[in-house]
Amino acid sequence: MKLGDLTELAARNLREAMLRNSLTTLGIAVGVASLVAMLSLGVGLQELASSRLTHSGLFDAVIVMSKSTMRGFGGPMQNEAADATPPRRIDDPARKELSELPNVVEVYPEVRFPTEIVFEGKSFSTTAAGIPVSARDDGAYDGMNGKFFSAPDAPEAILQIEFAKQLSDNTGSLIGKELSLRYGERQALPPDNTAKPETKSGSKGAGASTDASADDDEGTGFSVVTREKKLKIVGVVETEPAAGFGGFGRGRLLIPLAIAQALKIAQPTDMREMLRGQNGKVSYDSLTVRVKNPAAVQSVEDAIKKMGFGTFSILDATKNLRLVFIVFDSLLGIFGSLALTVASLGIINTLVMAILERRREIGILKALGAADRDVRRLFFAEAGAMGLFGGIVGVFLGWAIGRALNFATNVYLKKQGLPPIDLSSVPLWLVGSAIGFSFFVSLIAGMYPASRAAKLDPVEALRYE
Amino acid sequence: MPDATGSHAIRTEHVMRVYQMGDSQVPAVNGVTITVDAGEFVALLGSSGSGKSTLLNLLAGLDRPTSGAIYAHEKNLAEMSSGELAHHRSHTIGMVFQAFNLLPRMTLEENVELPLRLAEVERAERPARVREAVERVRLTARLSHRPTELSGGEQQRASLARALVNRPTILLADEPTGNLDSHTGDAIMDLLTEINRTLGMTIVMVTHDRARAERYAGRIITMGDGKLISDGVRV
Repeated sequence: MKLGDLTELAARNLREAMLRNSLTTLGIAVGVASLVAMLSLGVGLQELASSRLTHSGLFDAVIVMSKSTMRGFGGPMQNEAADATPPRRIDDPARKELSELPNVVEVYPEVRFPTEIVFEGKSFSTTAAGIPVSARDDGAYDGMNGKFFSAPDAPEAILQIEFAKQLSDNTGSLIGKELSLRYGERQALPPDNTAKPETKSGSKGAGASTDASADDDEGTGFSVVTREKKLKIVGVVETEPAAGFGGFGRGRLLIPLAIAQALKIAQPTDMREMLRGQNGKVSYDSLTVRVKNPAAVQSVEDAIKKMGFGTFSILDATKNLRLVFIVFDSLLGIFGSLALTVASLGIINTLVMAILERRREIGILKALGAADRDVRRLFFAEAGAMGLFGGIVGVFLGWAIGRALNFATNVYLKKQGLPPIDLSSVPLWLVGSAIGFSFFVSLIAGMYPASRAAKLDPVEALRYE
Repeated sequence: MPDATGSHAIRTEHVMRVYQMGDSQVPAVNGVTITVDAGEFVALLGSSGSGKSTLLNLLAGLDRPTSGAIYAHEKNLAEMSSGELAHHRSHTIGMVFQAFNLLPRMTLEENVELPLRLAEVERAERPARVREAVERVRLTARLSHRPTELSGGEQQRASLARALVNRPTILLADEPTGNLDSHTGDAIMDLLTEINRTLGMTIVMVTHDRARAERYAGRIITMGDGKLISDGVRV
């Protein structure tokens, strides 16, 4: 029998027992819906995590440190013995060189320093950090109270909520208010180490000088002078923004990176450079190199290593995360498939019942010239059609369940003052796979009834009343 | 008379069909040897349980003999695969049943078209073939009716049209008048005779009605207890 005729006859048979076949198809649809809802949850969570982590700067960043600094993190690095490249300084020339590498979007230094904050006459100790303007896209700032810095060099500050709570119980009221940032400014001593450091009114010097060789134009030492900078509080952020994972511990008061650099704040590296006879030359603990996308991290990291720097990225963690989600999705898929398995038993039951009811009809078909293969294909087509329709309806139901989950979650999140999220996601591949899987499972379920129908003895079948 | 190729339309050689009934074996057809020439109208006569319907099923390729050979146009059905038997039923044989066996959810037209679907006849060719068969049994006005909307005689004529639509060479009829009143039964028999004469179609008809067999069939084969009792041409 030709496919067109087979389809017409199967459709006619399905229409004849409309109620029973519809209920069976609905059973399949519920099974597929459960599968799709489960997997869409897995996919949604994975996309959410990936998006958040990518925004966090964890996955598109390479932290560049001096090799000598990295030794301090746990002994010699892998293959270090064979690596004869001398350690490079992490300074502005290195920053410029790194920014010229392919696939590099930006390179910015880690500027973090202890500070004293004066707010409404009270003093608070904390750590401040400079963050680049590109951090605006970080997920951490989504739905923050207030707004991000208005300009790259705006004298503004964003507070981390725990620190903000120290300043006021009503953290929202802090926005728009002013605070004073007290910090230590680095001032190079002139070659004549007897000269006094420059002082400004309202500040007092705390000299730190050395008698080491005085062949540097910038002098042989530096002094640290306390300064104050007025900053306007523009936002309070819920989570502690990573701004690249190089900022171990990060800051609880965030200021624009350009401001942090312009303030010439004394850094621990200043002391190190001075002892190395590099006084006055700016260097950093580390540089964060942001690459175009996570896929480019490996090549950029390799290039940086060749330049003589130590690097660190979270690439391996990404792989592990992907593995975790594969296992998670598989488990959800297995639970979702259980419902579809139960539904497939419904198909077997429906078709076996159909064989009993249509026994005589099968006999007539065979008497008129239907081959066993035709009868088998007819039952297969009926099972497949139920699977296909069940799959389509099921995908729609699963999508609707996902939407309902999203809606309910976002209502809750809104009440908590948190930004909305997409908890469930139904990508096209899931739509196609779910319908295909439903069709396939239905055909498997139809195998036994179809085979039984095909094997019916036509003489016996014709006698059946 | 053998057909144009010089062969018989049907030939059986010592055909046996034995059914297993618990521990005992029951021979429904027991060593029957017959030949039916092309264009013959043969009545298989016998009482209930004589094995005539079993023999008809064997000739149709619906059942397989336990032993012996059955030839349709010199092709041995006993050696055919399941698919080849289906092809035989579809292309060589037309069947008419006592209970009509029309599919109730299909219209007369769809019922008649069904063998064409199974024989994979081109869709464009089908309407003409259906019309030709329906016109032959004079049921054109009832094309869109379902079997339940037709009388017994009309249903059997529809069944006959369905049997003719694939233009078979052999028509097998199992008690075609068994469910009909005398007048309607005669009309069906007239139709069978007309088909036999105008189309030259070989007809083997199972019946237990001796009078009707003698009136319409050209030859009567009598069976009893699965065996051939007599085989005679009606004068």
